[in-house]
Amino acid sequence: MTTDSLRGAPPHTSKSKPSVAPFRGGSRLPSLRMKAGRQHHAGPVAYLLLGLVALMSLFPLYWTMVAASTDNTRVTQTPPPFLPGPNLFTNLSRAWTEAALGKAMLNSLIVAGSIAVATVLFATLAGFAFAKLRFTGRNGLLTLVIGTMMIPPQLGVVPLFMMMSDLGWGQRLPAVIFPTLVSAVGVFFMRQYLMEAMPDELIEAARVDGAHSLRIFWSIVLPVARPAMAVLFMITFVHAWNDFFWPFIALNMDNPTVPVALTQLSAGYVRDQSLVMAGALLGTLPLLVMFVVLGRQIVGGIMQGAVKG
Amino acid sequence: MGAPPGPGAAPGGKDRPRQRRRNLLHRLDLRGAPYGFVAPFFIVFGAFSFYPLIYTSWISLHKVELATMDLMEWRGFGNYTALWADDRFWNALANTITIGVISTVPQLLMALGIAHLLNYSLRGSTFFRVAALTPYATSVGAAALVFTMLFERDFGMINWFLGTFGVESIDWEGDKWPAQIAISTIVIWRWTGYNALLYLAAMQAIPRDRYEAAAIDGASRWQQFLSVTVPGIRATIVFTIVLSTIGATQLFGEPLIFGQGPNGISGGADNQYQTLGLLMYEEGWKNYQMGRASTIAWAMFMLLVLAFVLQRLIKSATTRSRTSQGIRSGKR
Repeated sequence: MTTDSLRGAPPHTSKSKPSVAPFRGGSRLPSLRMKAGRQHHAGPVAYLLLGLVALMSLFPLYWTMVAASTDNTRVTQTPPPFLPGPNLFTNLSRAWTEAALGKAMLNSLIVAGSIAVATVLFATLAGFAFAKLRFTGRNGLLTLVIGTMMIPPQLGVVPLFMMMSDLGWGQRLPAVIFPTLVSAVGVFFMRQYLMEAMPDELIEAARVDGAHSLRIFWSIVLPVARPAMAVLFMITFVHAWNDFFWPFIALNMDNPTVPVALTQLSAGYVRDQSLVMAGALLGTLPLLVMFVVLGRQIVGGIMQGAVKG
Repeated sequence: MGAPPGPGAAPGGKDRPRQRRRNLLHRLDLRGAPYGFVAPFFIVFGAFSFYPLIYTSWISLHKVELATMDLMEWRGFGNYTALWADDRFWNALANTITIGVISTVPQLLMALGIAHLLNYSLRGSTFFRVAALTPYATSVGAAALVFTMLFERDFGMINWFLGTFGVESIDWEGDKWPAQIAISTIVIWRWTGYNALLYLAAMQAIPRDRYEAAAIDGASRWQQFLSVTVPGIRATIVFTIVLSTIGATQLFGEPLIFGQGPNGISGGADNQYQTLGLLMYEEGWKNYQMGRASTIAWAMFMLLVLAFVLQRLIKSATTRSRTSQGIRSGKR
């Protein structure tokens, strides 16, 4: 085992080159792979099993595409189709109009976008304070932040619903945006990152030069925090885009987000399965594209958050 | 921390009052800014999470109807006693627990195995990681729609596949256990990769010398996995158990969409897969009883608390036996 792991080191380090690269800017997330020199090489069995895992993960998505590209009669035949048919674009455009996905996508974009921006900003502010500033009650407040992670959102849904109609936000996007503007996980994530990535000397030097806290935040913390902010943005965006429970209650079919609009497709009395799948595909597509382009960063971000969490 | 230039540091002469003002502002900034920075979190959280949380318990003591939410009629613990006597509640509670167990346990075990595989030195590791995480990018809506079709009784791919092995068509929606298994499958599919990455991250932080020490002691790979890897990521395992438990008590979208329309809210024709989340929605937004819905919300919370107490007890019991065996627990 020992020799094996010794031999294991060189190919490993050579492979860690692309994993470090993706984050531009001054500092980067510390590479996790650097610490892991001990690994065995994967044998054929490991590749086989992982291939199976990848297949199980991707097949439902592939099949969504297949089903969305045929018609209802073909989809409901046995054996079911395994290869794409000719109707993909017809079905997509039908689903687009029948489930009002255009409006839903715009809504989801607004909701997920503003939640992600606000979460990142507030989490960075609070994370900086918890990581680098001294103030009375800091530890107590931090414990409180972490404690809030344990509270299930269901517990407040009924009063929240009442509040939103009192505020005149019933069935409107602010009802979905405002309750989710902050995230305890985000605060904790930024704190952990800034504790390591932000040298105290930099802050001290700025103080000596007479910079006030907000200026330090703006011109020193933000540049340092940028890689972690990007990761937090993506993760928050994915969560906000996919959130279902509260938007389903707070919004209606005239003004839905994408996950809410998708329920429309399945609830119809005449079910056109190809159409349903086209809708499901459309609703997932934006995030799938994001995953294809930024998958490595998102994976890295989740792992980075985890090892410290 | 650089000490703020004290009052003594100010140069003498006519600059003195200005200097003092600057010092005051500086100290104000030092002391006040941190609170300003953490304030947005606490304000938003207080207004939209903590206040509703408290208010829920107040509402749960009243009869409140959806159409006339301003009229609250005091019921005391009436909602709670009614819930206690309600068969639908116990049914939903049982379903929540069974679906929670059959989705969480396989999910975390599989995630552990996948993380172990991903922890090998691997060609194309990025591909496998991204592939495993892709289901996480799908919404409950899309995932549930796709799996509802795959689990179709008459033409679904899963029944067709089982049919090639001679298994007769299973009524995945109509029968209780098949329905619960199908719903769990959706949960497992979406979250296994996510948990696997959390485990992988923790595994990569385990110092290499622990494995070497174990190898010198003659531990096989499987023994190393059990005695080094698993204890090394114990904190992460606990974290994922907590997260999955919270997720499981809240299960809502999967059964709702799996029911395809009107059956969704009731959790199947016989409530065979109605979860507490669905029951709460049914009481509040279909039967218009917000008071009763609040009571169910509290029941869900109590269930969580109970789960954590149980988990704590189990954890402290296992820790004791572990330390008595002389194995250091991988505390972080």
